Amino acid sequence: MSGIFPICPSLGMQSSNGRHRDGGGGSESSAGQHEDQGEYGTASREVRYEDPWYDALASGWGESDGAGRPAPAVPGARAEAEGDRAEVRARDVYLEVQRSAAFQEVRSRYRRFVVPGITVFLAWYVGYVVTATSAPGLMARPVVGAVNVGMVAGLGQFLSTFVLTWAYARHARLRRDRAALELRWDTQELTRGARGGVS
Amino acid sequence: MTVHHQTLALLLFSAFVAVTLGITTWVSRKRHGSAEEFYAGGRLFSPMENGFAIAGDYMSAASFLGVAGLIALFGYDGLLYAVGFLVAWLVVLLLVAELVRNCGRFTLADVIAARMSERPVRIAVGASSVTVSVLYLVAQMVGAGSLVALLLGRTSEAAQAWTVIGVGALMVIYVSLGGMRATTWIQIVKAVLLMGGTVVLTVLVLLRFHGDVDRLLLTAAERSGHGRAFLAPGLKYGGSWSERLDFISLGLALVLGTAGLPHILSRFYTVPTARAARRSVVWAIGLIGSFYLMTIVLGFGAAAVVGPDAVRASNEAGNTAMPLLALDLGGGSGSTGGTVLFAVVAAVAFATILAVVAGITLASSASVAHDLYASLRRSHARHRSEVGVARTAAVGIGVVAIALGLLARDMNVAFLVGLAFAVAASANLPVLLYSLFWRNFTTRGAVWAVYGGLVPALALVVLSPVVSGSPGALFPGVDFQYFPLQNPGIVSVPLGFLAGWLGTVTSDEVPDEARHAETEVRSLTGAGAV
Repeated sequence: MSGIFPICPSLGMQSSNGRHRDGGGGSESSAGQHEDQGEYGTASREVRYEDPWYDALASGWGESDGAGRPAPAVPGARAEAEGDRAEVRARDVYLEVQRSAAFQEVRSRYRRFVVPGITVFLAWYVGYVVTATSAPGLMARPVVGAVNVGMVAGLGQFLSTFVLTWAYARHARLRRDRAALELRWDTQELTRGARGGVS
Repeated sequence: MTVHHQTLALLLFSAFVAVTLGITTWVSRKRHGSAEEFYAGGRLFSPMENGFAIAGDYMSAASFLGVAGLIALFGYDGLLYAVGFLVAWLVVLLLVAELVRNCGRFTLADVIAARMSERPVRIAVGASSVTVSVLYLVAQMVGAGSLVALLLGRTSEAAQAWTVIGVGALMVIYVSLGGMRATTWIQIVKAVLLMGGTVVLTVLVLLRFHGDVDRLLLTAAERSGHGRAFLAPGLKYGGSWSERLDFISLGLALVLGTAGLPHILSRFYTVPTARAARRSVVWAIGLIGSFYLMTIVLGFGAAAVVGPDAVRASNEAGNTAMPLLALDLGGGSGSTGGTVLFAVVAAVAFATILAVVAGITLASSASVAHDLYASLRRSHARHRSEVGVARTAAVGIGVVAIALGLLARDMNVAFLVGLAFAVAASANLPVLLYSLFWRNFTTRGAVWAVYGGLVPALALVVLSPVVSGSPGALFPGVDFQYFPLQNPGIVSVPLGFLAGWLGTVTSDEVPDEARHAETEVRSLTGAGAV
């Protein structure tokens, strides 16, 4: 495994990894600087972030070109053992990346936002629906003029949806996108190295 | 409704059909015939375009006409639908959109089969996707038949049947000739028309009440005959406990079902990156949220201006509240303004149905060709191009939808939509979430999760009061009703999750750590994404 990683210093290595983590300093402040250029994406920021990978079509992972059998089982015309070994090494790349601190940081940032977010809004929505059906009297209590508790709660659902959407998009943009994109390039470099570098 | 309404409405219909057919021919002129092109429209749509297309795909006639009608008839209880339809998008945004974009290629099964033994998983997920799509499609066809016939003032059986056939033929043409690119543009055009029409009507309602929302609500409550109770929950779902439980079941299905709808998931593949997928969902939430906020105003507006009695007299389910409101706001029957507004609303409703139907047909033909056909065909069979199969599948699905649409002509549209959501939430969502987030998930777990949600959901519907044992049932003459709720969600969604867990813990298959790592790394970083 150690033979693979020198290609890519930002992965797995504790030393270089600091720039992803170091107490929220490194990658975040640089992402923040990008954001200063404009709230919803100036042209320059678009260019920097949009990555052109879609142009090169990847291997069609998880599908077998129409035949109903798993893709890895179809080696090329060349030596079967060799192809298998490359496949194995490509698989190891993903395991290594998954264990790398950089990836675990991205994953935990995602989970730290999504798990509480989902829990709170599902509880709030289910609570709202259950209250509306089981305690209509409470919902009918007037607040201002014709507006009652139910109206306020219903509009509150709309408002909380908008707020959470905004917060999630902002969190992902500032705290995940850069690190994820770097990991993506690194991982692709590594898999290409593993698949191509059989010699 | 005079002849003028119908002539103008027909003219606008024809204009929309002409424009959409124009888009289709223009798009198919330079098509490459590749799978990327047919299923994903080349993957180069911008987040804003895709956001509009998602909104166009999602806001069906059931919400445009149905929710406004429910609010006009039942007040606050109709508003609960609008909330559920919107909040569901948070599940899509937080858990599904980016990860699915990163892991999949064309269909839901792509995401799940990657980690599992491919064939059984593809067949299961493909079958449930087609089932959900067909249910949703039938709902839209039934809606198209009854609404267009009603709006055109022809309630004869023949006119209704021909409308269903016409809509079916159009959708097959859009999809099989234009693929995803044409479908997307049709949805964008429709979303713009729908938003435009809704904004105009909302402004007119607010102007009528001089911007005083309080007076609008009070007038609606007064004309409803229920007083302040109209503004609080309980008019429609406040009766027996099974009725209330039914509503909670529906609420659950709405919020969890959206993330399992195949035609919504396939929209994420039309943008280049996960980041673009996220931004398109943000656009969609903005559009859908403001649309439902306006729908609430329009629903109460219809109750205040037209009155629930007049709405009910025109259509028992309230589906015509919106056009009636337009007629009144424009100056009433016989006036030019009323005629124009009425025709515009009718045309927008028609456009809405056509666009939604095209999106679903495309998604289900993708499931048939990419998942079912690819897994089930005999290996020595003559090789056919997948896109060719998909085009043929679109024709087949069109025929099935027309037939079922004609059979189910008298069924309630909102119910069918709720059922499609419930099946999607039970069969598609558990397997999707498990395979994205659960390390030890196995092939057997995946297959069980799909069938363990799909079969109970469908079985409970068959045993529900919708099919038998009640006056409004599909077969009112017989009684094999054993399940008291109309919507199976509250039982079948947990069953889907339970079956997936059970299948996983009982299987002796050792979960492949490397493939889980691959899924996780791919889903969060986009490495190797197409």
